[in-house]
This record gives sequence, C-alpha cells and structure tokens, in this order.
Amino acid sequence: MPVETPIACRVAERRRETADTWTMRLEPANGDFARFTPGQFAMLYVFGAGEVPISVSEIPAGGDTLVHTIRAVGATTRALCEAPSGATIGLRGPFGRGWPVEEAEGRDVVVVAGGLGLAPLRPVVHALLAHRDRYRRATVLYGGRSPSELLFRDELDSWRDKLDVELIVDAPEPGWEGDVGVVTRLIRRAELDPGRTVALSCGPDVMMRFAAAALRERGVAADDIWVSLERSMKCGTGHCGHCQLGPLFVCKDGPVVTYDRVERLMTVPGL
Amino acid sequence: MQPLDQLLGEATALQGLAPAHRATMGGCARIRVFEPGAMLLAEGDPADEFFLIRRGSVAIETEVPSRGAVTLETLGAGDLVGWSWLVPPYRSAFGAKAVDTAHVIALDGACLRGKCEQDPALGYDLLKIVATVFVRRLEETRMRLLDLYAGVPGAG
Amino acid sequence: MSVVLEPAGLEALVGCLRRRGFTVVGPVERSRAIVFDVIESAGELAAGVEDVQDGGTYRLRPRGDGALFAHTVGHDSVKRFLFPPALAVWRARPADDGSLEIEPPPPPPRYAFIGLRSCDLHAVAIQDRVFLGDGHVDGDYEARRRDAFFVAVNCARAGGTCFCTSMGTGPHVQGGHDLALTELMDDGGHRFLVEAATDRGRALLAELPVRPAEDGEQTAAAAQTDRTAASMGRSMDTDGIRELLQDNPEHPRWADVAERCLSCGNCTLVCPTCFCSTAEDVTDLAGEEATHTRVWDSCFTLEHSYVHGGSVRGTTRSRYRQWMTHKLSTWIDQFGTSGCVGCGRCITWCPVAIDITEEVAAIRADDLREGLDAAT
Repeated sequence: MPVETPIACRVAERRRETADTWTMRLEPANGDFARFTPGQFAMLYVFGAGEVPISVSEIPAGGDTLVHTIRAVGATTRALCEAPSGATIGLRGPFGRGWPVEEAEGRDVVVVAGGLGLAPLRPVVHALLAHRDRYRRATVLYGGRSPSELLFRDELDSWRDKLDVELIVDAPEPGWEGDVGVVTRLIRRAELDPGRTVALSCGPDVMMRFAAAALRERGVAADDIWVSLERSMKCGTGHCGHCQLGPLFVCKDGPVVTYDRVERLMTVPGL
Repeated sequence: MQPLDQLLGEATALQGLAPAHRATMGGCARIRVFEPGAMLLAEGDPADEFFLIRRGSVAIETEVPSRGAVTLETLGAGDLVGWSWLVPPYRSAFGAKAVDTAHVIALDGACLRGKCEQDPALGYDLLKIVATVFVRRLEETRMRLLDLYAGVPGAG
Repeated sequence: MSVVLEPAGLEALVGCLRRRGFTVVGPVERSRAIVFDVIESAGELAAGVEDVQDGGTYRLRPRGDGALFAHTVGHDSVKRFLFPPALAVWRARPADDGSLEIEPPPPPPRYAFIGLRSCDLHAVAIQDRVFLGDGHVDGDYEARRRDAFFVAVNCARAGGTCFCTSMGTGPHVQGGHDLALTELMDDGGHRFLVEAATDRGRALLAELPVRPAEDGEQTAAAAQTDRTAASMGRSMDTDGIRELLQDNPEHPRWADVAERCLSCGNCTLVCPTCFCSTAEDVTDLAGEEATHTRVWDSCFTLEHSYVHGGSVRGTTRSRYRQWMTHKLSTWIDQFGTSGCVGCGRCITWCPVAIDITEEVAAIRADDLREGLDAAT
C-alpha cells in the first residue's frame, strides 16, 4: 500500500462533468491498485504541482482502475483537471474511514448529496445497485446549484430502475422541468421510516448540518446519520496535523463519521 | 369523498390546529383540482385564495424578461401555497403554477381574515401555523443564498 | 548500580559513540543560546554557563566554573533531528516514455543525543505515539528513532519557566534513556554520576573509565534533583483539564489572549512535541526533477486550516484556542497523554510572554460550565 511515496498511474480516460469538474479514470503503471472502499480517498500528485486529497468516485470491480471526480479550485486541482489522457500522475492511498456500506445492509438507505458531494457517495450508489436485495428501501436525494452543474447526469436516470432518485436545484435553467429548492426540502418530503433508516450525507458543511437537522426532525437518530468531513490535508496519514476537527483527525478518524460525534464540533465557529 | 374537515385534519401543516378552529376553516374551504400548467395564483392579482397541496407539484414563479417564467421553488404534498392573503395589500407577489395535476384544498383568505378578526384565538392558531411555513421557507431561501455549491471564484 | 565518570571521561563517551557509527548531538553555545548540534568532541559542549529564563526572556550567564549541564532547555530540542524541519520525502522525475520515476529519500543518520532532560525524553515518547502509534507509521521517523541513543541528564537546577513536576515528566529521568548523568560539583570535585538503563547503555559504560559511586554521591545526586523539583518556575493544575478546555470553546479568555498573541508561531517552533507539517513541491530550473519536501508547519498560520478559498480558523483567537486546546486537551483523546511536558519553552520564547500556565489558571478560575465556577 503506497502510503509514503506515490505510485505512478496513467490517466486512462477523462470526461468533463461541468464547467469546472472532471472525472478521470486512472490505471496503475505497474500491478494493481490497493483495495479502496466507498468513502476513502487518495492523495493525487501532479509532477511539480503537489498533492491533493480526492475521494474515489468509482471503484471498478476488477481493481485495475480507479475513478476520481475533481473540481478545479486551486493550482493542483487545476493541473489534475488539465492532465490529458496518457499523462502520468502519482497516487498514495487508500486513506480514511469510508461509508458503512455493509453495516447498512438490511436497512433503508438514504443518500443525501449536495453539489460535488455526490462524487464520494457514487460508489455507495453502485454498491446499492449491485446488491439491491441486501437493502430495503434505497433512496438518493441530490441537490445541485443548477441543472448544468449536476454530476453524472447521464447515469442518474439509470439509477431510477432500482432506486428512488429525487433531484432538486437551487436555480433552474431553461428546459429544467424538475424541482427547484434546497435538498433539505427533499428530506422533508421523503418517505422515511426513521427507525429503519441509515442516512449517508455529503456536501458542503452547511448543507450537511441542515440535512442532518432535517433528518433528525424526521426522527432519524444522530448515530444513524453519516457525514463526510473535509478539512485541509497535507499527508493523509494523520501526521501533518492539518485536518483536525477538535480531537478528530479527518484523514484517519474520518472522513466519514456519524453525526453524533461531530454535531457540536461542526457548530463551534472557527474550531 | 371525505368531508373537508377530515381532509384538513389529515394535512400535516395543520396538525397544531384545535378541532373547533379546523371546523371554522372548513367553512371557508373547498376542493379544487388544477390541470398541469394552470395557475393557482397570478402575480399581482388580489390574493384571496391560498392552498394546501394534497397531491401534485406547484411551481412558485415570476416572469423575467428574456428568461420567461423562472421557477423559484417547487412545492408538493403537504405544502402551503400563498401567504399574501395574510398581509396588506393582499396581492400575490409571485405566480403559482401547477406542474402536474394538483389536487388542493383551496381556502378563502378574505373570509378567514374576517373570522380571525372576530376570534383572535383562531387568528393566533392560524398565525402559528403560517409562521412555521414562513420560517422554513426563509431558512431554505437563505441556504440557497449562500450558494454553497459554487466553486472558488477565479479558480476554475 | 551507579558509577562515576570524571569530566575527561566524556571525551571517551563521545569517542565510543562515534566509533559505533553514531552522529553525536549535544548542547553547544551558539548566538548566546544553548542549541543542540552535531559535535565531534566533548570539548564543544557548552561549559560554565547557566540560563536565566522567564516569560519572553532568555539569557545565558557565565558561572565561572566548568559546569556542562547547568543550563536547562534552550529554544530547540532533539525534535529537529528525529523530525527534521525540512525533509525531502520523494523526488520525482518524468521519464521519456511519459511515466514518472519516484525515488524515496536516502536512509537517515543514526543519532546519539547527549544532554537530554527528562521533559525532552517524555517529548520523544510523545512524538513516538504520533509517528509510530495506531495508524500509519512514519518510515523516516521510525528509521531515525530505531537506533537513537540517549544520554540523559538529571537537571541540577530548574529553569525559570519549567513546570515538569506539574506534568509528571521530571525532573528525575524516568525512562526511555540508555544512560542518565547527574552532574555533581561539590567538595568531591566535578564529576558525573552515571546510571545505565539498557543493555547497550551498560555495554558502553563498560568501555569508559568509571569507578563505583559512593553512597554519599548517590544521595547527593538524588537530593540535587529533588531540589530542582522543588524549585520549578511555574506550575499547572491539570486536574480535569481535558474537559475544562474542550467544554469552554467560547470562554472570554480566548479573546483576551488573542489581543496579546501575535500569531508568530514561536511556541510551535520551540515546542518539543508540536508535529504539524506541510508539504512543498519544488521543481528544478530545468523542469527535470521535482522534490516533495515535508517542512515544519504551525497551526498559527492561516494556511494551516485553508479549505475552499478560506481558512476555517481565520482569527488569532481561534488559532490560539486550537493550539492550547490541542496541546493540553484533545491530545489526550488522540494519543492517551497530554501533549505538554512542562519544559516552559513556549513561555520563554513568546515575544509577548504569554504563559500557558497562566492561561489555564484563568480559564479554570472562571469556568463557564454550570456549577463549576471556582470563584464560588
């Protein structure tokens, strides 16, 4: 497992999702990738441009490729998004605690995603689709800024065969016939059996707080709500100290944690 | 066909209402069905009626030159549509259009205003319910104002 | 069983260590302060000086004798050798076929440290838990740490800002060392009581010109260290400190200290347990090789908590709170012990003399949790 020095991998395929977000498929230059689970992340390295932590957005069954969805928000992510097919980048990982995909078996699963937050949850959706019979009700609630900024648009419709999928946007665009509003509205409207529900939520901190509040209002227990935290990360191994939220190291105690552990931490300003 | 009273009783938005007040409201209510595309409320018109959605979706919208009708929010089963009947000048600020077939309970706002004047207890009960709706809508609107999903300006 | 070594014997000690392939590090005088540096002979050790320390103050004062360990702790610690300020973690070179060659760093030197105090030994043990504990092991730290040899010193005097007794970390050297020295300068002359704690410490001692210690010498050494324990410059009540700090995130004292704090990060630089780092990537001018370097970082920088176009801890108040709460409280949740060893460096080297012991006392005196106000 490459923890300290990256392994080389090639960009096998890249696809533009939105104006500033790309999905790239990586294959290792030698051998196979280590096994990643949904919710885990890798430190991706671009020659001369440094590293960034990026969650996996697809874990193909063979282990011979890995997929990441990256938004260009700084020098390194921009370099990653611009890396052409065939380019070599470095990868360290897997890191972090992932989504409770196995623990959720036998229960109702609600996936609540906001914006780019759908990317780390997409492997969960794939697991739900691949093993649909292991879960009871399975619902995806996804909110984005506008229709053209929704991720994986082509794929979303195919999920409807086996899952309930509800989409909502903050601002509509011409031709959009779906709902307009915030993702918490979808939570308020969803058919939920709170005692049987495990909720997995990912998106901006504020969105996750409001989503958790809406879920709690519906009776879902705080330790049945899982969120994926994001903080500055320089190492991925729990040694650089950057990712701390109170006593938690987001890179090793998270990024996926139950909401009861972080509810207070997420509401203290500047913690 | 269930009596209005019972339908009102099933509406989650009205759960806090005392049965007597629910009966009073029933006196100002009727069932309506709007076909897809039909307007429940028109922007600028007197806001005499407001609605409780039983089934279907309603889009709150406004007309923007060169963009046409822009949806501001989509409301669904259990939601209250229209609040301008409560505050002067009692005119709808936005339009409300049925997205699909909308089954609603239509309430006579002017009639209810009169009854609230006579029975402040009814008024208070109703205001508590409507206030909850306001607060929720404002919270959600503020969340959208934050534009949380936007990238970092200039970094794309 | 203790033995006694004459001052001249220290040269033999250094020689033995060097012959075993160790790079020897000891306290030397540089720019009017005591620092740890590589030495080739015992003659390089700082001699005849003691330190005068207080909040924001450090001075060296000549003693007029040949004491080698009358000073206490300077601004640095052996952290700079086990966890270097800058470490090339890998070098990357694009290959002709478009792939990337990634080269790990060369193996580090084997260090032998002379002059470590009990507090600093505890600091090493604390950093061991950070870099070698549950989770990922830092390979470079492990390599440096594996063979590291420690010749510790029982402090003959307490520094002006010391509070190791409050933290349970000294001044008596308790463990983690190979040899422990106590410097005696009395009627019996200038000599060192030496105790071995490990087999290799004993093996080394066997090669040195030592003689058995007399009972009186052992008593004198212990008494000296006891006197040090009784004369600490500061103290800290650590009772319930974990909850005290984590449950008081909005205490007005944080705003108070923020008015004084310059966010300069000195405290994190001098602290022997602070471990934050960041990564820098530098490409050579020809664009043929890029080095990924781990460098010391501080939670006092805005960059430390930067996500999505802004810093989570954008105010000095939130950064000071982070540092102090981590050091004394959340560190316990993370690693099972306090992160503070009571060395006092952060007090001495703070340009505005912020005193962590005073800050804790202020929060404790005015605890905002219900029913816990110490004033009543």
